[in-house]
Amino acid sequence: MERTTIDLWVGIFVALGFAALLGLAMKVGNLTTSSIGQTYLVTANFENIGGLKPRAPVKSAGVVVGRVSEIVFDPKTYEAVVSLNIDTRYNFPKDTFANIYTAGLLGEQYIGLEAGGDEVSLKNGDKISQTQDAVVLEKLISQFLYSKATESDDKPSTTASTSTESTGDALDASPLDKIGK
Amino acid sequence: MVLHKLKRLFSKLGAGCINKIWRLGAGGRLFWLTLISSGESFRRFRLTIREVYFTGVLSLIIILVSAFFVGMVLALQGYHTLQKYGSSEAIGVLVALALVRELGPVVTALLFAGRAGTAITAEIGLMKATEQLSAMEMMAVSPIARVIAPRFWAGVIAMPVLATLFSMVGILGGYLVAVPLIGVDAGAFWSQMQANVDWEFDILNGVFKSVVFGVACTMIALFEGYDAPPTAEGVSRATTRTVVTSSLAVLGLDFILTSFMIAV
Repeated sequence: MERTTIDLWVGIFVALGFAALLGLAMKVGNLTTSSIGQTYLVTANFENIGGLKPRAPVKSAGVVVGRVSEIVFDPKTYEAVVSLNIDTRYNFPKDTFANIYTAGLLGEQYIGLEAGGDEVSLKNGDKISQTQDAVVLEKLISQFLYSKATESDDKPSTTASTSTESTGDALDASPLDKIGK
Repeated sequence: MVLHKLKRLFSKLGAGCINKIWRLGAGGRLFWLTLISSGESFRRFRLTIREVYFTGVLSLIIILVSAFFVGMVLALQGYHTLQKYGSSEAIGVLVALALVRELGPVVTALLFAGRAGTAITAEIGLMKATEQLSAMEMMAVSPIARVIAPRFWAGVIAMPVLATLFSMVGILGGYLVAVPLIGVDAGAFWSQMQANVDWEFDILNGVFKSVVFGVACTMIALFEGYDAPPTAEGVSRATTRTVVTSSLAVLGLDFILTSFMIAV
């Protein structure tokens, strides 16, 4: 094989490889979309972070403005301390609200920032004081069941008392109602 | 009688173990010698370029065609399952992550072992059988620096390039099946992919994997050829062993690398 032909083919080969890597970076990967340049760090304490993980997005109005860099447990307050890297292009007021939301019903969890009205904006190392925990599905379900259970407990006694009042029949009334009278 | 048989069995086992360990050591020694005498393959880079042509460029067809089909099959299979959960738009993520993280590096390495690894083993084995390597030594030319090292570096260069091309062409194949054929929305296909494929964690880790596989596959092929008995049968057996050992090494290494990458 001619020397220059080999050189040409190897050149094309390597160039194709770089083009493919560039294609992966630009078209497939998130190098362009989520390249967060300069960031500043703020922390937020949560009582329960649910399934939040490091590198989860931080969104405001649905736009990714940063990423979760670290999650540690504070043994003094028994809270989770979440560090957020936020793009320096975006300034948030000091009284910004940090919530943990879930994308879809079973999707990944992310932090949503809701800007407050303070004039002073968050700086590097600041702490977001107003936070809302993740919604834990089990808790929600148990609350729902509990409220249902109390509802169904209430119902029979109220119907019983109304029936005694309307008919005045002592046989229908429970002993407790008699004592009340 | 029984004792005698038992004795033979154990000595066979021992000999097998010693042989395996000896080969591992000899392979490690060759790897080290290759590394320290690879100066020439960079000073005379043309030697390496020639080998990149033979291992990389000539493997391009098989890699690209299989990548295309692997991507298309992934899209078909993925769609079949994802549509049950009403999330057929996630097919782009599925295809891209599967290719970039696993299938790209692994399938490329397996094909590379079959296509280029065997060629390297057979070539070096025949060089040894026809005493070309000894002739080089007689002329005070180190066969490791002149023959082994350029092939090694060529394999290390070619593998990541091939794996990256595999992933890209596979994704294009998946796109062709998912968007024009099945009718998934093109915007959702690409945007979901971009949102979920991470440059560092997914793509660079995949490239790193393929570099490791390149080292392993090429080194195994070179060692098997260098170590082959200088007979026709010896070379043919060495060629077979190259494919078997490389494939097992790639799959084993893949598990180890993946467990480290996922754990961090």
